[in-house]
Parts: sequence; structure tokens; C-alpha cells
Amino acid sequence: MFRKILIANRGEIALRILSACRELGIRTVAVYSEADRHALHVRFADEAICIGPPRSSESYLNIPQVISAAEIANVDAIHPGYGFLSENANFAEVCEASHITFIGPTPDAIRLMGEKDKAKEAMAAAGIPVIPGSAGVVPDEDSAKKIAREIGYPVMIKAAEGGGGRGMRVVHSAKELIPLFRTARTEAEQAFGSPNVYMEKLIERPRHIEFQVLGDKHGNVVHLGERECSLQRRHQKVLEESPSVAVDANTRQRLGEQVVEALKKIGYSSAGTMEFLREGSGNLYFIEMNARIQVEHPVTEMVTDVDLVKSQIRVAAGEKLTSVLPVVEFRGHAIECRINAEDPITFTPSAGKVTAFRVPGGPGIRVDTACYADAVIPPYYDSLIAKLISYGHDRAEAIVRMQRALDGFVVEGVKTTIPLHKRILADPNFVAGKFDTHFLEHMTAVETK
Amino acid sequence: MVKSPIVGTFYAAPTVGGEPFVTVGSRVEAGQALCIIEAMKLMNEIESDVAGEVVRVFVENGQPVEYGEALFGIHPHRKK
Repeated sequence: MFRKILIANRGEIALRILSACRELGIRTVAVYSEADRHALHVRFADEAICIGPPRSSESYLNIPQVISAAEIANVDAIHPGYGFLSENANFAEVCEASHITFIGPTPDAIRLMGEKDKAKEAMAAAGIPVIPGSAGVVPDEDSAKKIAREIGYPVMIKAAEGGGGRGMRVVHSAKELIPLFRTARTEAEQAFGSPNVYMEKLIERPRHIEFQVLGDKHGNVVHLGERECSLQRRHQKVLEESPSVAVDANTRQRLGEQVVEALKKIGYSSAGTMEFLREGSGNLYFIEMNARIQVEHPVTEMVTDVDLVKSQIRVAAGEKLTSVLPVVEFRGHAIECRINAEDPITFTPSAGKVTAFRVPGGPGIRVDTACYADAVIPPYYDSLIAKLISYGHDRAEAIVRMQRALDGFVVEGVKTTIPLHKRILADPNFVAGKFDTHFLEHMTAVETK
Repeated sequence: MVKSPIVGTFYAAPTVGGEPFVTVGSRVEAGQALCIIEAMKLMNEIESDVAGEVVRVFVENGQPVEYGEALFGIHPHRKK
């Protein structure tokens, strides 16, 4: 087991990793920017080293500074948390070269998952369903017709070099195809200098479902069930839960086993998440893998009673999954609300001094936070100030516990998304489990009218 | 005040056991090397940004330093 770990992160996840280390008897080294001098991860770590000015590019993302700190503190491992350097294959390589264990997957696995096309190809080859589409660029109009007929309408045409909606067209029927194929090519040419487009099946009313996995360094992988993360705003998750009301026991077992087999094939050796889109008809398609611990990991911890961060550290130290996680069982239901320092209606970040901070508690409530009364939320980093997690014997109990916890959560001095969460929890469609990734868009659109 | 621009290990002298770059009382020019900070096996010379007299040395040879840590106090010469 490791003797001393450097935590290359800040905020609630730095504290989460600190707790795991404390329970494992591992000494901790915090790193911080000048803006975080009074942050709790600095106060609670055994040692703390300032690594740069507030801007993260010069501190938390500055590889030489982080590695130097690790060397002067003489640590044997680095935990990157999420964000910052967590999915930087180059950083993982520098750690290896410096004889420091990177607590995460291998640089090769990070690199593979970072290239979305290659990740999709590798997963398809390993037997995971991916969104049906053209294998690469659609060369001409005849091929476009043929491919669209094979995958079935509606289809989406996307610019191969592009992003941000340009060169993108939704085609509902064969008679629309050729004109839209032409405009997509023209637009792609103008916007990205290449007329190349590809085609894939349009997933209507999608739900975002993801599987938590953990692999060890001996070729073993387990899954820890799914999380439902459809409540998003601009691709940022807002509320997550486990299990998903849209995944039945058979699907969980079948897809879970497929995920495990696929990740064994690529030798995945840490915590990670396989993200899927579920279409209205119930089919799930792989979209990408996050090769790190995720923000929403606590909902899985609540329903499995597994400490994912401790497990991740233990497998990084070489322990086998058979000793870390002999059995994985699921019980009850958990929900997580991300409390951000943001205006709950306009979503503009609200940095500043927190004047009052009262955290709810009681049965089935967990709060992961690095915030406190008199803390200053710096404007340089993400706006997450707390994760409020509720657990219940079933979804209904998790919902009412979350409602009373939101009512008892007091934050003054900055605006937060607590009011937004109260509205979500009170929405009849949310309570009924009827939603997709457009739910929040619709809910907030109604309000601004 | 000269602060460390990087995290690393402070060396007062260019060679092990050698004479230190500066000591209290040394007169320095702007751009003159004051010490070395070793980071990731690289030796980085830290230079003075003012001309003046070294009045304090805050760190000891071989000591680890963090970003922004005070290294030297330099009393600048008055401009003529």
C-alpha cells in the first residue's frame, strides 16, 4: 500500500480523496494555487504546497509544478481527481517516468478513450453496441441513400471535421435526404474547409445512462451498475440517480456483463465510466468512456455500499479486485443534486464570499463539500460548491429525503442552484421518471417565458 | 523581496559545497543569479530583478520551496 499520496486537485473531490487516504492510513500532500490558500484541502492535508498563481493553467494544470511538488514531498502516488490532469495521458506518462504511481488507468487507455472515434471503434470491436452509422465519411449521394436506408430514418448528417451544430442536418425521410446532404456538405466546406460528412442514426428523446466500472492491474473488471444522468444543461449534468428507472434488471445484467468483457479486452485497470444513450425504444448505444473517478460517483457508493475512491487507490497499489470488492450488491435508491454557485435561472456563475452555510443532515443524507461560512468562492474554477446526496429504500423515499434536505440547506452570500433543484424534485414528470436529456431545457424555457 | 517562481529544491551555490551565489551584505545587479531551484531534475537559476544589497536570506541550502515562497530580501539602491 502507498505511504504518501499527493492530491492534484481542489474543492470537494480533494477532500473526498483525503478522507479515503485517512481511512487507509496514507499520508496526504495537498497542492494549491494562491487563490486557495484558505481552502479546506490545504488545512486538512498532512502537508500542503503552493504550486502557482490562481489561473489553473499555471497551477493545477501545470505538470512540472505538480511533479516537483510530488518530488520534494517524496510521495509514491498521485491522485488526479476529476477534471484538471485526470485524463491527461502525457501527465500519466510523466508520473510513470518519475516513478510515481498515477492513480488511474494506463496512459494508453487514457489516450484511447480521449479519441472518441477510436474509442467507439474499439468498443464496437469488443461487442458493445454503438450508434449505427456510416463507417467514416459518406463518399457520394448514392452511398448516402444506401446507408440511410440501412440504419433507418431519422438520420443525422454531421461534418467530419466540425462541431457546434454547423454542417449538421437531421433527415426524417428519403425524399429530404439528397437536398440536405448537399447543404450539409456545402456548409461543412465553408465552415471547416472540408465537405466531408458522416451519417449516424438520430437518437430521439435520449436518456443518458452510464455504467460505473472498476478494473485492477491483474486483468479483472467489475461493473457497479448504472447511473441515470439525463438531467443536463448544455451537456453539464445537474442531477444524477442510481438505479435508472429506464433500466431493468435484465438489461443491467446483460449490458453490465458486455461492458466488463469489453474492458477486460483493452486491459482497463482503474475506476471509469461507460456512457450510453438510450433511445425511446429501449436500445442503448455507447457514446464515450470517462477514464477517471466522476463527480457523480457517490450515488453508486450509496446503492452498493462500496467506497469507490478507496477501492480505486487499493487497485492502483496492486491489490486484486477479489480482495477489494468480493461481492457487489445493489439496494435502495440514491439521488445527487449538484449545488453550483450560479444564478438558478440565468446560470451565470456567482463567485464571492459565502456569508452563511448550513448543511442538512439526518437519515439518508450525505453532503460532499469543501465550502464553509466565510469561504470565498474564487472565480477561476468550476462553480460546484456542494454535492447533496440522498438515499432511500426506494426512489420515492430518496425524493422526499432530498426535498427536505434542500429545504434545510442554507447558503447565503452567493446565488446557488438549490431553487432549481427544488423545482426539479417537485416536477410531476420527474417524479414519474418520465424525462430525457431535453427535460431541463423545456423546464427552464417555460419559466423564462 | 525575491519569491520563488517555481516549486522545487533551493540551492544557494552553483556546485555542491561551493561558494554561495550571494550572502547577506552582497551587492547584486539586476539580472544577477541569486540561487538555483531544482525542479524535475532541471537546475533553474533565479535572477534578481533589482540592483541592491542582500539584507536577508529566508531559506536554507537544500530546503524544498513552494511557489511564491520568500527567498531573499533585497534593499534596492536608490536611483541617481
